[in-house]
Amino acid sequence: MILRAESISKSFSDKKVLDDISVSLSEGELVCILGVSGIGKTTLFNILSGLLMPDSGRVILKGEDITGSTGHLSYMLQKDLLLEHKKVIDNVALPLVLKGMGKKEARQKAFEYFEKFSLTGTEYKYPAQLSGGMRQRASLLRTYMCGDEVALLDEPFSALDVRTRDSVRKWYLDVMDNIRLSTLFITHDIDEALLISDRIYVLGGTPAVIMDEIDTGGRKNRDPETGYPEDHTKLRQRILECFDPAST
Amino acid sequence: MKRRPSITDKLIPLAALLILILVWELICLLGIVPGYMLPSPVRVGAAFISEFPLMMSHAWVTLCETAAGLFLGIILGFITAAVMDTFGTVKRALYPILVLSQTIPTVALAPLLILWFSYGMAPKVILIVLTSFFPIAVGLMDGFAGIDPDQINLMRAMKAGKLQIFIHLKFPGALPEFFSGLKIAVSYSVVSAVVSEWLGGTSGLGVYMIRVKKSYSYDKMFAVIILVSAVSLMLIALLNIISRKAMPWKHCGSYNGGEGESK
Ligand SMILES: Nc1ncnc2c1ncn2[C@@H]1O[C@H](COP(=O)(O)OP(=O)(O)OP(=O)(O)O)[C@@H](O)[C@H]1O
Ligand SMILES: [Mg+2]
Repeated sequence: MILRAESISKSFSDKKVLDDISVSLSEGELVCILGVSGIGKTTLFNILSGLLMPDSGRVILKGEDITGSTGHLSYMLQKDLLLEHKKVIDNVALPLVLKGMGKKEARQKAFEYFEKFSLTGTEYKYPAQLSGGMRQRASLLRTYMCGDEVALLDEPFSALDVRTRDSVRKWYLDVMDNIRLSTLFITHDIDEALLISDRIYVLGGTPAVIMDEIDTGGRKNRDPETGYPEDHTKLRQRILECFDPAST
Repeated sequence: MKRRPSITDKLIPLAALLILILVWELICLLGIVPGYMLPSPVRVGAAFISEFPLMMSHAWVTLCETAAGLFLGIILGFITAAVMDTFGTVKRALYPILVLSQTIPTVALAPLLILWFSYGMAPKVILIVLTSFFPIAVGLMDGFAGIDPDQINLMRAMKAGKLQIFIHLKFPGALPEFFSGLKIAVSYSVVSAVVSEWLGGTSGLGVYMIRVKKSYSYDKMFAVIILVSAVSLMLIALLNIISRKAMPWKHCGSYNGGEGESK
């Protein structure tokens, strides 16, 4: 167990958003948080990353309480949030520069990954000159450059076209295996969740609770492009029921 | 993409200006207004040329005052904005006072400053600092306040310190507002310099203006007015060049397709 959130609750003014949410992530695991829009997924990530303080509950990273403390996890926010005044390469290298690395060295390190992310040729452009998908890839690459053991990705593939998405996903899964990266990621896309995750937490209700936890039988036993779990349709149905319990 | 200004866009105001000058010349030629009150454009032009070396030596003094005042104004404005942005309480306490202070016509302060600091450069520079620092400070503060809070969150998530957030995010993010503030400050400060020179001193365009006024040389009067606005215009043009250089990302064009991606 590398990351654990214990009974997190959070309200905004008097509106309760998260109610007693507990999630866990093991080393090398890819775990997905599924839920409809506005349910509180981003809020949960803001708490895990330390940006927001929960009303109650704790966040434990490798046995250490990190509740409300930032800088321990690589967090890719839902918006790409590239700095418009920095060239793409400097955006990507920013996490290294913030850690005290010289600009030139940081650029060199960042440069190595541009091809993998199909970003070749964009290094010295400004973010305004990139397409939505390119920006998202740059943002994912920047998150990767943070270099922490756990990554939180908030809808990392949503702005990519089908072909790029498949290749960036596949690359990301390879990286995860190579460096024993553990990932928690958010999506609304049920099929995406079933395709690439090891486990799925389904959020539902107001305030949001964990409605269901689904074990997809280990992503490594499946092909990341086509390998849905055997009982794909049944799992899909089960998740849909969590989203909208009234309809069935 | 902005439309490129075409030739006609520039020709139309130019033609209007030309017509205006022609009408002015006609009024003088026909004697509608007596020549000693309203010199004709030709006479003003002649005065401009004959007085040019003398006016330039005065302009140099005014420019030096303006530059010194602006420089100090930028530093003061920058410090004020940074302190107010960092300490919310300071901002809440001082911002209203700052705005209130702007209702004092700075020109009215000039005689007081001269009483305090005598006739040298000091009172002029101080007046320019007082007038220029406000638009700069307000511009910067608005710029800082306009930064996307999520962007700050992202920096915090990457464990950036306050100073790093300032250097990498806040300051460059506030540059556009800073330059708009600076543009206002530049036009204010040339005016402040001239006005404070009216009230005393031995050189500067304001001093020159008072002298030609005393000798009823309307043509020279017009010539120096034109020079003062030319100086302001040139400073603004210079500032435009600097701001383009300082913010290359504003002028790099935008993405226009090419990768076959959905948006
Ligand atoms: N800072 C805040 N202040 C008040 N309410 C907030 C704040 N942040 C989020 N909320 C509310 O909390 C709820 C959950 O928001 P959140 O952004 O976590 O949803 P989400 O699941 O990430 O949605 P989406 O899939 O659309 O991104 C929403 O109703 C939102 O209005
Ligand atoms: Mg969200």
